[in-house]
Amino acid sequence: MSGAPPPAIEIRDVAKIFRQGTGAFSAARFVRAVDGVSFAVPAGGCFGVVGESGCGKSTLARLILGLHPPSSGDILVDGRRLADMDRRERARLIQPVFQDPFSSLNPRRAIRDIVGLPLAAQGIGRAERERRVVEMLERVGLTAEMAGRLPAQLSGGQRQRVAIARALILRPRIVVCDEPTSALDVSVQAQILNLLAELRRELGLTLLFISHNLAVVEHICDEVAVMYLGRVVERAATEKLFHAAAHPYTRALLASVLTPEPGLGIPDVGLGDTYPDPANVPPGCRFHPRCPIAVERCRSETPLPRMVDGRQVECLLA
Amino acid sequence: MRRFASLRMASAGLGALIVLVVLIAAIFAPLLVPHDPFAQDLNARMVPPVWMTGGGPDHLLGTDQLGRDYLSRLIYGARISMLIGVATVITSGLIGITLGVLGGFFGGRVDDVVMFLITARLSIPLILVALAVVGLVGSSLTVVVMTLGLLLWDRFAVVARTTTMQVRTLDYIAAAWAAGCSRSYILLREVIPNIVHHLVVVATLEMALAILLEAALSFLGLGVPPPLPSWGLMISEAKDYMYFSPWVIMVPGVALFVLVLGINLLGDGLRDMLGATRDA
Repeated sequence: MSGAPPPAIEIRDVAKIFRQGTGAFSAARFVRAVDGVSFAVPAGGCFGVVGESGCGKSTLARLILGLHPPSSGDILVDGRRLADMDRRERARLIQPVFQDPFSSLNPRRAIRDIVGLPLAAQGIGRAERERRVVEMLERVGLTAEMAGRLPAQLSGGQRQRVAIARALILRPRIVVCDEPTSALDVSVQAQILNLLAELRRELGLTLLFISHNLAVVEHICDEVAVMYLGRVVERAATEKLFHAAAHPYTRALLASVLTPEPGLGIPDVGLGDTYPDPANVPPGCRFHPRCPIAVERCRSETPLPRMVDGRQVECLLA
Repeated sequence: MRRFASLRMASAGLGALIVLVVLIAAIFAPLLVPHDPFAQDLNARMVPPVWMTGGGPDHLLGTDQLGRDYLSRLIYGARISMLIGVATVITSGLIGITLGVLGGFFGGRVDDVVMFLITARLSIPLILVALAVVGLVGSSLTVVVMTLGLLLWDRFAVVARTTTMQVRTLDYIAAAWAAGCSRSYILLREVIPNIVHHLVVVATLEMALAILLEAALSFLGLGVPPPLPSWGLMISEAKDYMYFSPWVIMVPGVALFVLVLGINLLGDGLRDMLGATRDA
């Protein structure tokens, strides 16, 4: 552990397998939501995770937040295992911003109590809490007067600012953003993204940014991982990934972004209209049933992650 | 839409008024009654109420078969009804909410046990248990409260369990975990305040049900023992005289009906008021 500082987050071969069907007489089904994911994010970096619904990106976020224990593998924060930390210590290091600001704020508590909750959990007294809550509300572009309101009295963008204030009040090292803008109006999305970018610079935050919105990820992240059925199929610096994707799935994702011209309809990206099922992962390359360039070998041979041209790809043909 | 809302407010207000009147009658019964509800006057038996021929201002609601003042017995009966209703709801609420919240929150084995207990409880017929208990220890107010309180928790448990399961998966609970809150803090401060408005409705339904069941048990002779003036007992004692003096059964019957209606109206109103923050 000499020389370079340890990465802010390091994920080592993490898997999360959920057991479905707990009835005594039904056979258990195992859903491999996250299936052997490894990556590291340097301190101060912004790492994006993209993929379609059900690819395991939100489960990954929950694992990193310590909401679920991983089935196997280790998550290290500053070189220390997340599993060894108690809840207060973990809360001081990692905080979340969730997708839907309508369900991420307790509707029955005042904004003051919502933002101050992480402080209360650390055992910080009321007066100190109040001071820091007001300071943080003003920092995220709200007013001290809003502290007494209920979430229902705020707009979507204001609620997401409240969620960000709650995430930052303990001055954490890492913020896990699970689709923080996808529930917001387009006009508000940019404000929230700029606020996050600004706070990241100012507080030296490490951001883990989970999204299905490629434009947002391109705008804010340094490095991007593409997830498919619980695995990272491609990982590269943002610029590289967006200009020359190596994995056919990444190319399909990039092609699926709607173009601004009207009348073109939804682009056909050749993925078909079936959804991948994490309870029934195909053998060989897990992407082969939907892959436009799959060959015979993809059905039987499981690709291993390889470094191709400075990026990590999991494809036999790349 | 607004007219509909104001109608609901009006019915909630009516419910609150009814419950308040009965509650005041119950609390201040000794100050309100014109006569001793236990005093018999065999010379003035079956006196009709004041609005019927033969009735007089001395006994506004008449007297019963032993010449006891009916209004006084009705006011003292409110005590029994409210006591049974409140005590039953507290006992069964504590049992049912605890079980339901634990099952819904922890899931897995804990939930299996809770579900088993709910199923077991639902398979126990209430009247038969009351019969057995009264047969074993005799009838008294405490026995009625205990029997109802220990048996009426199933709806509390079912509602608390399902609503807890819904709330548990919401992001603000995840945020509270990530904020480093303890399990008991999350249960008490994040989960329970968000299911309370459902439980209030159950509480009013159960209270109305407990009052009706007490009346039913008393009518069967399994409830409050005479000479306590329970409304159910009044109906029971009046049933032999109803052909010639129907008011003896109507007065406590109407009282029971109005009180149960009032509690239900109040419960609906409370649910709308408490649930409002969520949708506003």
